Amino acid sequence: MGTVEAPEQTSKSKTSNTERITGAEAVVRILIEEGVDLAFGYPGGAIMPVYDSLYDYQEKIHHVLARHEQGASHAAQGYARACGKVGVCLATSGPGATNLITGLADAQIDSTPVVCITGQVASSLLGSDAFQETDVIGISMPVTKWNYQVTRAEEIPDALAKAFYLARSGRPGPVLVDITKDAQFGELDFDYIKCTSVRSYIEKPKLDLSKIEEAAELINNAERPYILFGQGVILAQAEKEFKTFIEKTGIPSAWTIMGLSALETDHPLNVGMLGMHGNYGPNLLTNECDVLIAIGMRFDDRVTGNLSKYAKQAKVIHLEIDPAEIDKNVKTTVAVLGDAKESLTELTKLVKPNSHEEWLQRFRDCDKQEWEKVIDEELHPKSEILSMGEVIRIINDKTGGDHILVTDVGQHQMVACRYTKFTQSKSNITSGGLGTMGFGLPAALGAALGAPERTVIAVVGDGGFQMTLQELATIYQTKAKVKVLLLNNEFLGMVRQWQQLFFDKRYSSTEMINPDFQTIAKGFYIPTNKVTERYNLEAAIEEFVNHDGAYFLEVMVGKENNVFPMVPSGSGVAEIRLE
Amino acid sequence: MDKQEFTITAYTENHVGLLHRITIIFTKRKINIESLTTSESEREGIHRFTIAVTETEELVQKVVKQIEKQVEVLKAGYYKKKEVVQQELALYKLRTDSLTNGLEVERIVREHGARFLTIEKEFVVIEKAGFKRETKALFDELKQYDIVEFVRSGRIAVSREQYGLGKQVEELLTVSQ
Repeated sequence: MGTVEAPEQTSKSKTSNTERITGAEAVVRILIEEGVDLAFGYPGGAIMPVYDSLYDYQEKIHHVLARHEQGASHAAQGYARACGKVGVCLATSGPGATNLITGLADAQIDSTPVVCITGQVASSLLGSDAFQETDVIGISMPVTKWNYQVTRAEEIPDALAKAFYLARSGRPGPVLVDITKDAQFGELDFDYIKCTSVRSYIEKPKLDLSKIEEAAELINNAERPYILFGQGVILAQAEKEFKTFIEKTGIPSAWTIMGLSALETDHPLNVGMLGMHGNYGPNLLTNECDVLIAIGMRFDDRVTGNLSKYAKQAKVIHLEIDPAEIDKNVKTTVAVLGDAKESLTELTKLVKPNSHEEWLQRFRDCDKQEWEKVIDEELHPKSEILSMGEVIRIINDKTGGDHILVTDVGQHQMVACRYTKFTQSKSNITSGGLGTMGFGLPAALGAALGAPERTVIAVVGDGGFQMTLQELATIYQTKAKVKVLLLNNEFLGMVRQWQQLFFDKRYSSTEMINPDFQTIAKGFYIPTNKVTERYNLEAAIEEFVNHDGAYFLEVMVGKENNVFPMVPSGSGVAEIRLE
Repeated sequence: MDKQEFTITAYTENHVGLLHRITIIFTKRKINIESLTTSESEREGIHRFTIAVTETEELVQKVVKQIEKQVEVLKAGYYKKKEVVQQELALYKLRTDSLTNGLEVERIVREHGARFLTIEKEFVVIEKAGFKRETKALFDELKQYDIVEFVRSGRIAVSREQYGLGKQVEELLTVSQ
C-alpha cells in the first residue's frame, strides 16, 4: 500500500506571474482571468474596495448596477442560463448579502452556475454585531453548493479559483465567497492559477459501462418505452446526442419545465410537457409505459404528483450526474451515473434502431383530446375575453420560435411554457424548482446581456412583476433589449385558481388593485403599449417583437381563466383533469 | 420500514463550517441527531464524523448520499448496530462527603467496570465507558449518592468490515494525487 503524503487540496494549472497587489484588485483580476466580462451587483460599505478596483478595469469588466441585490442575483442566473457561462454578482455585507439569498436558493434548486462575492465587515469585528454584519456564511449555507469566508488577502486566489471551478463543474450551482474588508484592503503576492479539481469532490461519476449495457437491454426489449428529459441535457450540452438517441430508438420524449427547449417543439418525438400543468398524454401515459427513461431530471413532486401512484408498473432507468438524486423520489431499476453527454453517446451505440408507432399514436390520441377540451379554446378563444394562450400563439407566429422566453411564476408561466414553440436550446429561462415570483424581469435582463444577438421576451404576470419591477431602471440604464410582456389578469392567478377549485372560491387576498403600469413603464423611459381588445392585439405584438430596444406591452387577459390540464395536488399523474 | 439505530460515518476535510453544512441535511428533513462526534481519523488531515440516529434505512441512505455530495466530504456511509463496534464515555461527579459509605460506592464502581478518574477533597469523578444502557445503569445506582454532574459523550464507532470506508478514502486520495 503506497502512502500519500499530505496532499494538495486542489490541483491547478499555471497561468500567470507574481505581483504585489491588494485583495480587492486580485478579485477583479481573477474575474478577468476567469473570462468574466459582465458582473451584476450593488455597491455598499463592505465591498467598496472591490468596486474601487472595478473602476480601474471598466474596459474589461462591465458592471451592471441592479436596483436591488435580488435583481442582481436573478440577472446573474438569467445570464448564465442564456449563455452557459458562470453568472457573477457582487453585494455588500448585511442586507446586501441577505437580499441575494432568494437568488441563491433559486440557482441551487435549478442547478445554475453563479458566483456571488459579498463584502464582509473587517475580520477584527466578526461576531461583534458590527454595522451591516450578518452571518452570510451561515445563512447561505443551505442554498449554496459551496461557500467560504476569506479573512486574509492571500486566501483570495485559491478561494475564487475553487468558487469558479465548483460553480461550473459537475452538477452546477451557486457558490458564495464572503471577503472581509481588511482582506480586500490587504496586499498579497498575486499569482493566479485556475482550479481544475478538488480532492474531496467528484466532478462527474465515472461511467459504468455495465450499467449502460443493462439500460440498453431494458430499452431494446421494451414495448412502450418513454423518455423524460430535464435540464441535465442542456447543462451537459447533450442536445445533439439526445436527439440522436431518441431518433434511433423512436421513443416518445416528454420534458420537464427545466428541460424545455433542449428538443425543438415540433420534433415528432417531442410529446410535450410533464407535470401538474403539463400535457394530457405525457402525464396519463406515464402510468402505462413499461420502461421509463429519465435523463437529467430529478422527479420533482410537480412532475410526479403522488409518488405512490407514479409509474408503479414501469422499470425505471435514470441517467443522472448527481448520485444523491438516485432513488431520492422514484426507485430506479438501473441507475446510469455520469454526464448525460457521455452516457447518451455510449447508450446510443448499444440500442437497436426501433420505432414505436402504435405507442406514439397513443400520445397523439391524447393530444387530440387535449386539443378539443383545452388547447383550441386557449389558443383561439371564442369568447371576447383575451386569453394568455392566444397572446403566446401570436408571439410564436411573429418570432418563428427563435426567441428566448423568460417567465416569472404563475399561470402565465405555465401557459407560456406550454404553448411557446422553440427551435433552439437554452431558450427557456424560468424559475422551475423554487417558483420565485419576481424572477422573470431581472432574469430577462441577464439573458439579454448574455445573449445580445437574440430576442429576449419576458412574460410576466401582474403579481410577480411588482416584486422586482425596479429592474426596469437597470434595463433602461443598460439599454438591454428586453421585451416585457405583462399578462395582466388583476389577480394572483394561480393562487386564485386553486382557491376556485379547492377552497370554495374564497378569494383570500388574491385580487390586485393595480397601479397604472403604462405610467410606470413610461416613468422608466420604456416604450409602452396596452391591449384590451382582440382587434389590435396582433399589430401590437408585431410592434412589440420588432421594436429595436426594450419595450413594455401590457395585455389585459381574462380575470378568472384557469390553466388546464391539471394534476391536483396529492393526486396521481393519471388523475389529470382536462377541465 | 421500521426505524432502527444507525451510525453514519463521514470522512471529511477539516474546514470551518462543514459541521453546519452536514447538520443542515438533518435539519431539512427534521431528523433528530442523537449524538455527533468529530475527530481526526486514521489519516492525517482527514476528519471523521460519527453521527448516531434512529431512522428508517431508506431515509438514512438518502441522507448519507446528501452528506457525501457536500464538496468537502470525501466519503460517507452508514452502519446498522451489528455492523459496528461502538462505545460511549460517561463521567459522574459526586461530592466526596456524600460518599458516607465509600466501600459501597467502590463496590458499585468495580461491578460496573468503571473507575475513579480523580478523587479530590471536595468531589470524586467516576468514568465509565460502554453502551448507553450500561452508563445509564451506573447512573441509576449512583443516583442515591447525589450526582452533582453527569455527562455522556457522543457515540464513537468503528466498522466490523476488514477495511471500512477508510480504504475508499485512501483510494480517492491516491487517484486525486
